[in-house]
Amino acid sequence: MQFPISSSPFTPRNNSISRVMLHVLYALLPVTAIHSYLFGYGLLIQLLLAVSTALVTESLCLLLRKRAIKPALYDLSAVLSAVLLALAIPSIAPWWVIVSGMVFAIGIGKQVYGGLGYNPFNPAMVGYVFLLISFPLQMSLWQESSNALSLSDSLAIIFANGSVLDGISGATLLDGVKTQLSTGLSLIDIKMLPVDERLNLIPFAYCVGGLWLLHKKIIQWQIPTALILGLCLPATLAYLIDSRQFSSPIFHLVSGATFCAAFFIATDPVTAATSNKGRWIYAGLIGCLIYIIRTWGGYPEGVAFAVLLANLAAPSIDIYTRSKIR
Amino acid sequence: MDKNIRTSFINGLWHNNQALVALLGLCPLLAVSNTVVNSLGLAIATTLTLVLSNGLIAYSRGFILAEIRLPLFVLMIAGIVTIIELMMNAWFYQLYKSLGIFIPLIVTNCAIIGRAEVFASKNPVLPSLLDGLVMGLGFSVALILLGALREVLSMGTLFSQAELLFGASAQHWQMNVFDDYSGVLLAALPPGAFIALGLLVALKNALDLLFSKK
Repeated sequence: MQFPISSSPFTPRNNSISRVMLHVLYALLPVTAIHSYLFGYGLLIQLLLAVSTALVTESLCLLLRKRAIKPALYDLSAVLSAVLLALAIPSIAPWWVIVSGMVFAIGIGKQVYGGLGYNPFNPAMVGYVFLLISFPLQMSLWQESSNALSLSDSLAIIFANGSVLDGISGATLLDGVKTQLSTGLSLIDIKMLPVDERLNLIPFAYCVGGLWLLHKKIIQWQIPTALILGLCLPATLAYLIDSRQFSSPIFHLVSGATFCAAFFIATDPVTAATSNKGRWIYAGLIGCLIYIIRTWGGYPEGVAFAVLLANLAAPSIDIYTRSKIR
Repeated sequence: MDKNIRTSFINGLWHNNQALVALLGLCPLLAVSNTVVNSLGLAIATTLTLVLSNGLIAYSRGFILAEIRLPLFVLMIAGIVTIIELMMNAWFYQLYKSLGIFIPLIVTNCAIIGRAEVFASKNPVLPSLLDGLVMGLGFSVALILLGALREVLSMGTLFSQAELLFGASAQHWQMNVFDDYSGVLLAALPPGAFIALGLLVALKNALDLLFSKK
C-alpha cells in the first residue's frame, strides 16, 4: 500500500478566503432566521439589496482599476460586508439607505485602499457610520417587534415612502434608556418599561453562530473574550458604584450589537490585530470604547465607532506586540 | 511673453495647482468649502491677497535682507489680509460673519507664503502680479468645485444664500438640483471635505494619466 507523500508545510489546505467567508455567512443564518421570524420580510429585502449593490460596486471598482473581477467576487468578502451592514441597519429603512451605504462601504471603505487585505477599516462599519452620520432620521427607524411585517407591507415601506412608519417604529432599548436617563429619571423607574422577551433570541442567535465559528477554528477565542471583558469590567464597576445611574453589565451584554461585534465584526482578520497579545489589547479596547460611547457619547450605540477607532490602532498594536526573534 | 503667460496659466490652473497638486492651504479649503457662496467668498479674498502680496513682495525684494525675509513676508501678508478683512466687514457683513475666523487665517495659508518665497522674491513686479492672479485662480477653481460638490451632496442645492455675496437681487439664485432630497449630511461635515478633496485629487490624476497616454 502506498501513501501519498507531500512536502511541508503540513497545514490544512482548505483554509482559503472563500471558505472562511462562507463559514461566517453560515454562522449568520440563525440570526437572519430569528430576525425574519420576529420582524418579517424587511431584513430579507435589505439583504438582497445589499448583496447585489455590493457585487455591482465591487465589479465596477475592479473594472476601473483594471483588475480581475471574478476572483474578488468569488471570495465572498463583499457578500459578507453586505450581510453585516444589512443586519446593522434598521430593516424598514428606505431602499436608497442600504444602497448608498453599500456603495460607500465597498467603494470608499475598501476599494480605494486597494481591495481586500489592504483596507484598514472594516468596510461594513465604514458604511454603517456613513449612514448613521448622513441619514440620522432614517437610521433611527427601528421596528417594534410586536407584529412581523408581511412581504407586501415590507416592500411598500422600503420602496415607497410608506407613511405607516410611525405606527411600527420605536426607540431601541439602548436609545430609550439613554434618553430617559438624560431627563433625570433613574434606572429603577425605567425598568418598568415593557420589554419583549423574545428580543433576547437575537443576541442568543449571534452567540450560537459565534460559538460554531470558534468550534470550526475560523475565529480565535481571544477577540470575543477580550471584547466582552473590556465591556463588562467597566460596566460592573460603574454598576457597583451607582446602580441608579449606570446600566447593569447584563444589560450591556444582551442589548445592542455586543455579541455581533464580539463574534462577527471585531474578528475580521484584515482589520484586527494579528498577534495573540495584540488581539487581547485590540478587542479589550473595543469593549471599553463601546462602554464609554454608550454611557457618555452622543449616540446610544457605540459599536461601529469603537470598531473603527480600534481598527485605526490595530497596526500600532501589532508593532508593539510583535514577538521578538532572538 | 504671450507664450510665457500661457504656460503660467496652464501651470497655475493645472500642473502646479496650489490646492490639488501642491496641496497647500488645505485648512481654509477644507473648512469653508461647504457651499458655493462660502467658497466663492474665500476664493476672492485669497486671490486678492495673493495678487497684492506677490506684488508688494516683488516690489520690495531689493531691500529685504535674506535672513529676515520670512517674518517680513508674514508681516506684509498679515497687513494685506487685515485690509481685506476690514473691507469685507464693511461691504459683505453677512458673508464676513459666515466665513468667520477663516478670513484672518488667510495669513497662514501656505500657498501665499509659498508663492512669495518661490516666485515673488525672485521676480519683477509684473510677472509676480500675474503669478499671484494665476495661482489664486487655480486655488479658487479647486475651492469652488469642492464647494459645489459638497453643497449638491449635502443639501441638493447650488448657490444657496447667494445674497450674502451678490446683494438682495441674488436671493432667487438658489438652484435645486434634486427635488425632495434628504441630503447626505456627511458631505457638509469635515470628513466629507477630506473625502471630496481626495476624490478631486484622484480625478485630476486620472485625467493626467489619460492625457499622457494620448
